[in-house]
Amino acid sequence: MIPTLLVVVSLTFFLTRMLPGDPALAILGPEAEADEIQLLRQEMGLDKSLPEQYVCYIADVCRGNFGESYSYHQSVLSLIISRIPNTLMLTLTALIFSLVLGVGAGVLAATRQNTVIDYCISVVALLGVSMPVFWLALMLILQFSVKMNLLPVMGMGSMEKGIGDVISHMLLPGLVLAVIPMGTFARTTRSSMIDVLGSDSIRCLRARGIRESKVIWIHGLKNALPPIVTVFGLQLAGTFAGAIVTEGIFSWPGMGTVINTAINNRDYSLIQGAVLFIAISFVFCNMLVDIFYMLLNPKVDFENGGH
Amino acid sequence: MGDKKSRPSGDALGREANIEMLKRERRANNAWHKLKRNKIAMAGLFVIVFMVLVAIFAPLLAPYPPNKVNPGQAYLPFGSPGHIFGTDDLGRDLLSRIIYGGRISLIVAVGATFVGATLGILLGLTAGYFGGWLDSLIMRIMDGMFSFPFILMAMILITVIGNGVLNVTFAIGIANVPSFARVVRGQVHIVKREEYCNAGKVIGVSNTRQLFCHILPNTMSQIIVYATLRVADAIISEAFLSFLGLGIALPTASWGSILKTGRECLTTAPHVATIGGVFILVTVLGFNLLGDGIRDIMDPKMKQ
Repeated sequence: MIPTLLVVVSLTFFLTRMLPGDPALAILGPEAEADEIQLLRQEMGLDKSLPEQYVCYIADVCRGNFGESYSYHQSVLSLIISRIPNTLMLTLTALIFSLVLGVGAGVLAATRQNTVIDYCISVVALLGVSMPVFWLALMLILQFSVKMNLLPVMGMGSMEKGIGDVISHMLLPGLVLAVIPMGTFARTTRSSMIDVLGSDSIRCLRARGIRESKVIWIHGLKNALPPIVTVFGLQLAGTFAGAIVTEGIFSWPGMGTVINTAINNRDYSLIQGAVLFIAISFVFCNMLVDIFYMLLNPKVDFENGGH
Repeated sequence: MGDKKSRPSGDALGREANIEMLKRERRANNAWHKLKRNKIAMAGLFVIVFMVLVAIFAPLLAPYPPNKVNPGQAYLPFGSPGHIFGTDDLGRDLLSRIIYGGRISLIVAVGATFVGATLGILLGLTAGYFGGWLDSLIMRIMDGMFSFPFILMAMILITVIGNGVLNVTFAIGIANVPSFARVVRGQVHIVKREEYCNAGKVIGVSNTRQLFCHILPNTMSQIIVYATLRVADAIISEAFLSFLGLGIALPTASWGSILKTGRECLTTAPHVATIGGVFILVTVLGFNLLGDGIRDIMDPKMKQ
């Protein structure tokens, strides 16, 4: 955990130091005087040697000081904190939505294995997994916003205009984000459920005359859960990454838009802060999944690289 | 696999018949023949072979040079005479751009997977085989890299090294390394406990020989499955990077840069984005189908 975090922090530092261009020049613009640039470089600590900068940076990170974003004119930390809820709202809605639908479809396919329903669900799930989501975003914008003029394309609306405004803004990006996790959940659930439903324990439950719906949705699904949890963890991270892709297209004011703006404007401190933040949340995300997985399945042997 | 099964002894059937049966069994268990029986995987393979052939013979197949600008014929819709897929904002023939773009997209995707697999295999083999501090060191660094979302890692790397075909390949490749290293390391852990590896150790086989002649070939099937699926992701990543304007820069045609053009003229010429994306989707689907198919063959437990 700690070594991983250290690697994450160092990688972020070295990657952002390797970015081409001069941060001071980027802030002041091309018309700046040489001594002005020199002054700002000193202020930002860019005149020091790399190891010195590294130590300063680690100290700053520990103190929660991520510097100023010049493209947003505010401190990186407060910017990130103000944007996180928007991204969480979008990703978590998409994830929960896709979990319910995906697992439902997976169970349905597993219980009706090799029927038309199963084939349809499998094909749709595979299409979902293979979808280039940013293209799907374009197609949905084309269909629902340009041609039918039904849904807004940009931003997230505001609560003052009522919850309906926010929901109508969230519909398209949420749908785009949900496609890949939905396909993944459906596929994982299907194969895991098929394994479980063929096991002796399920046959035994059926023999005892327990209602079929209870056998499938309670006993079956519970035993099919560990792989779904693993995939959920991966998708939790994956949806967050998907937000980087989706938010930019829909101008959803979350972390993804921040990263895109930062990279486009060469906003060095913002790139550094946002990337570090995302990576650290990934580390915690993975840890939570590991813990949850261990609770579900005590046989997991972490010494030998997982399961 | 097949050799573990008990066979009727040669005496009962006669030597000739026995050899014939062995041959037949071997043929049936041959990976290619198993793959041929898997219709879904074959569909995937067909798509891939088709796209690869189109990419190879692009100069013969494309009706126009991909970058030939013709402002008089801009925004021609799908199905126009002479331009079957229509033209884009500068009057470039979309079919030609897609054919040439497939070339770039496939080269980048396969190249990136190759770069990622090669480095990942080397790191994973070393970590898994030698264990100890070397394992900890390599895997902690991999864990750290893995904590960056794949696409974000690629975005930052490409910002660092600049755009262009080689750089995109390299950026996606490096972003691929940690996941390959993990897969390989996990496999090495399984394989190195097998008896033939212990036997090799006992008779004093060198580490290099043990790694590359005994362990690597036995992890290869998993690596191939994983690599096939990673190519699919690499195609999407290239497209996304180019779509953002970070990857393949216009006017060079790649499926991603076509989508970038398509986004800019989404309202006036929606066919550009639509057709470009369909090609990406179909190719990605092909790689996913093939990857699933190979996995079913390699790992009979997974087969439903």
